[in-house]
Amino acid sequence: MSEKKALPIRLLKGFATFWWDFLVGDTPELFLAALLIIGSIATLRGMGDNTAAVITLPVFVICALAISLKRAVNAAKKK
Amino acid sequence: MFAISVSSGSLVLVSAVFLACAVEMVEALTIVFAVGHTRGWRSALEGVVVALVALGALVATLGPALVQIPLSTLRLVVGGVLLIFGMQWLRKAILRSAGLKAKHDEDAIYEETVAELKATGQAIGRDRLAFVMAFKGVFLEGLEVVITVLTLGSSAHQLCLAAVTACVAFALVVVIGVIVAKQLSSVPENAMKMSVGILTVSYGTFWVGEGLKVSWPGDNGLLAFFVVMYTLVTWGLVVLTKSAHPSEKLGAHA
Repeated sequence: MSEKKALPIRLLKGFATFWWDFLVGDTPELFLAALLIIGSIATLRGMGDNTAAVITLPVFVICALAISLKRAVNAAKKK
Repeated sequence: MFAISVSSGSLVLVSAVFLACAVEMVEALTIVFAVGHTRGWRSALEGVVVALVALGALVATLGPALVQIPLSTLRLVVGGVLLIFGMQWLRKAILRSAGLKAKHDEDAIYEETVAELKATGQAIGRDRLAFVMAFKGVFLEGLEVVITVLTLGSSAHQLCLAAVTACVAFALVVVIGVIVAKQLSSVPENAMKMSVGILTVSYGTFWVGEGLKVSWPGDNGLLAFFVVMYTLVTWGLVVLTKSAHPSEKLGAHA
């Protein structure tokens, strides 16, 4: 019997791999940052603070990007 | 006299879809050219056709399903995905602009693909390898186009506009690609990727807020503000990254 995995398993694995590479890839910090941003904005909205949510959302996005770039620069330093 | 009113939301949508689709299609076309020139066009074009049919089936299945999802949920999920996707693109484009990452070189990809195909020897009759490589290249890059069109289009309730924009981008890339043959490296890919990153992050921010019932001042008009703000931030981050390590280099193209 062939050791090759069944087609549905291979398709499922390929599908999962595609989304993992697409969303996480080599920048897991950005994936986590997006989850944290959504969580914190949901909390602010839950507290009824719209102004804080309006200001915080883009500020958090910029911070996430800056932190990720800092990580990349630090990684380059170590090489 | 006709007054043409184009909302800033539609303009951002068209720009984002067009640029994202063009970038992905340039990548797919590079692979198809390499396969066609090296192994013959018949199997390469068969791979392209089958990939396009598979993508069409995917759109036909996913498109109507997306419309059934409540708009706020759709916008939150799509916004989250766009935020991640946009930040990834922006990060890469900033690192490339700052000279910290090798530019995405279509010539190098072309040469690599040709070398890989030549190493396997010429097939007799129908070329399975050429078919698979062309199919894979078009399907994977096309999948990103499909995700971009479906997510951006359905969230903005302008799926038709997004689809038409993608078709225009496809036609333009194919025509330009055929005219310039394999010289796709002349396409300013990093500038396009940076623009896509800015537009995608703008949309992502806006829709995550919409999905979480944030009341944006100025409604859709705020999208244009986000685009300007993230453009300025990107410029600042390029300058800062350049000054941090002007001589350091990161990994190769991705």
